[in-house]
Amino acid sequence: MARKLLLEKAHVEGIRHFDVYRREGGYASVEKALKMDPASIVEEVKKSGLRGRGGAGFATGLKWSFLAKPEGVPRYLVCNADESEPGTFKDRFLMEFIPHLLIEGLIVSSFALGSNSTYIYIRGEYAWIVGILEQAIAEAKQNGFLGKNILGAGFDLEIYVQRGAGAYICGEETALIESLEGKRGNPRIKPPFPAIKGLWDCPTVVNNVETLAAVVPIINMGGEEYAKIGVGRSTGTKLISACGNINKPGVYEMDMTISVEEFIYSDEYCGGIANGKKLKACIPGGSSVPILPANLLLKTAKGETRYMNYESLSDGGFASGSMMGSGGFIVLDEDQCVVRHTLTLARFYRHESCGQCSPCREGTGWMEKILQKIENGKGVSSDIDLLWDIQRKIEGNTICPLGDAAAWPVAAAIRHFRDEFEWHVNNPSLCLTQNYGLAHYADELSVVA
Amino acid sequence: MMVKFSEHKMKEVEAIIARYPTGKHKSALIPILHLAQEEFGGWLSAESMDYVASILSIASIEVYEVATFYSMFNLNPVGKHVLEVCQTGPCMLQGSDDIIAYIKSKLGIAVGETTADGMFTLKTVECLGACGYAPMMQMGMHYKEHLTPSKVDEIIAHCYNHK
Ligand SMILES: Cc1cc2nc3c(=O)[nH]c(=O)nc-3n(C[C@H](O)[C@H](O)[C@H](O)COP(=O)(O)O)c2cc1C
Ligand code: SF4
Ligand code: FES
Repeated sequence: MARKLLLEKAHVEGIRHFDVYRREGGYASVEKALKMDPASIVEEVKKSGLRGRGGAGFATGLKWSFLAKPEGVPRYLVCNADESEPGTFKDRFLMEFIPHLLIEGLIVSSFALGSNSTYIYIRGEYAWIVGILEQAIAEAKQNGFLGKNILGAGFDLEIYVQRGAGAYICGEETALIESLEGKRGNPRIKPPFPAIKGLWDCPTVVNNVETLAAVVPIINMGGEEYAKIGVGRSTGTKLISACGNINKPGVYEMDMTISVEEFIYSDEYCGGIANGKKLKACIPGGSSVPILPANLLLKTAKGETRYMNYESLSDGGFASGSMMGSGGFIVLDEDQCVVRHTLTLARFYRHESCGQCSPCREGTGWMEKILQKIENGKGVSSDIDLLWDIQRKIEGNTICPLGDAAAWPVAAAIRHFRDEFEWHVNNPSLCLTQNYGLAHYADELSVVA
Repeated sequence: MMVKFSEHKMKEVEAIIARYPTGKHKSALIPILHLAQEEFGGWLSAESMDYVASILSIASIEVYEVATFYSMFNLNPVGKHVLEVCQTGPCMLQGSDDIIAYIKSKLGIAVGETTADGMFTLKTVECLGACGYAPMMQMGMHYKEHLTPSKVDEIIAHCYNHK
């Protein structure tokens, strides 16, 4: 269902401004929350079943309850607005069009966690959004929702926007903290987790933009009501950013009950494949999650309809499923080359590896080179096995999950599209001018019709 | 170029440092490097970096190691306008390769080069979070989206007309 909790008001004229946002019911959750006990706000978030929207899907309430509270030590909330996973542009939309929703969520969450200085770490390239957020912060402050003794409840809070400077790895929470401390974005070895030792060695919670915005409807309607929306452990609404070869790329909000097929083909969402072409493959949750061929995307290996939610997208594990990830939905039509697409992702991860771990630093470079060789018609059959071997040796052997994120797209491409890799190797003169297209998948694609 | 912030910019620097607890001023490094790059010719010379180090009372090496880590910091001089075209998967699906080839031939430069008149530097970059509006590039503070050859022509002409 096209249920909207976050973006419902995003298109109201002037909603970027405090007065309009407030008139539309904004900041009610702050008025409610500041009368509550911080621990009971955490309880509401637990009851809501909200899962982190940054990619890992970890239960937000549970994460909040891990925050250490040593006497006399400040605690920090940091909002992760680094949004750099290819295919993902939802946080940008939220911050650009309805910035006060994020500020409202940050006030409630900061109160619940006991943070008096909260930082929004935003990717450096979103330079113009910094101004939008700072304007919203200034307006909230003028109206008594930030600063000292907010609404007379004795709670002080300042929110600061910190710009990154171009590094995907700074989306990883410990790298983000390093960067916020003015250092290179090298992820830390965990434990200790940020909840114990985070920013400036103080207990810290890092959450995604969308996660923190979702706290607003949770407080407004209550955790239990929120949990009734959606299905199973996929509660509430989710923002999906859709791109690639579709008629209507963009950011869509939905409760997680609609099928993948409806999402791709209905006019309410992606509006079908562009130029009347056929669907070949899709990466449903940002570049790090496994690519699926059309048949496995629309139906699970058991032949059941696949839905746009955490459980259904991962049904079948990596053998035949994928993941919800960051909600970056990348669609490839029949004319696209999976080898070439995978090559661009391998280049991305090579470029973004921080270089601390040898398997990631070296392996990502090797994968890019081998994929480039295959794409250039210079590959040999054993290159495909070598690629497989390298990705397997990166996965699980690194400090942070970027290594896994680099390995999975290559693994899934070979797993599901091995014949396309072989075609490249066997047709060195053709693969520069032609695409393998749908040749092999035509039969399986009958489910699309 | 003289490497020194104006009084007005110095106020901005102080406001940035004030965002962090006492003693944690190193956190201001990346925001101040952005300011330095904007103020001192679009790139960070050793002189600029040493100047930032002196403002924050940290060692120059602490600035160099950060400046070299982040892709938005230019360590060499660049043209007046830097065209940073995204080439990652979703943009590639929408024809970013063709846009890059078009800009190269139009400006007569390779990726990483600057035009002889110092107007344009061409760079390729990785996903900028605009995948639904592809192909795209970043130009200074802003994004140029849904690029086509004629849109590229317009953008370049606009830069020449507003020198
Ligand atoms: C390489 C890498 C990049 C990441 N990038 C982001 C990001 O851009 N935004 C984000 O919210 N989380 C990102 N994450 C996840 C964060 O580490 C962290 O789990 C998340 O911010 C927690 O917030 P959530 O629980 O609200 O999702 C990334 C993780 C890794 C390993
Ligand atoms: S896995 Fe890669 S990005 Fe992560 S810490 Fe190791 S080298 Fe750095
Ligand atoms: S792939 Fe180009 S903006 Fe995301």
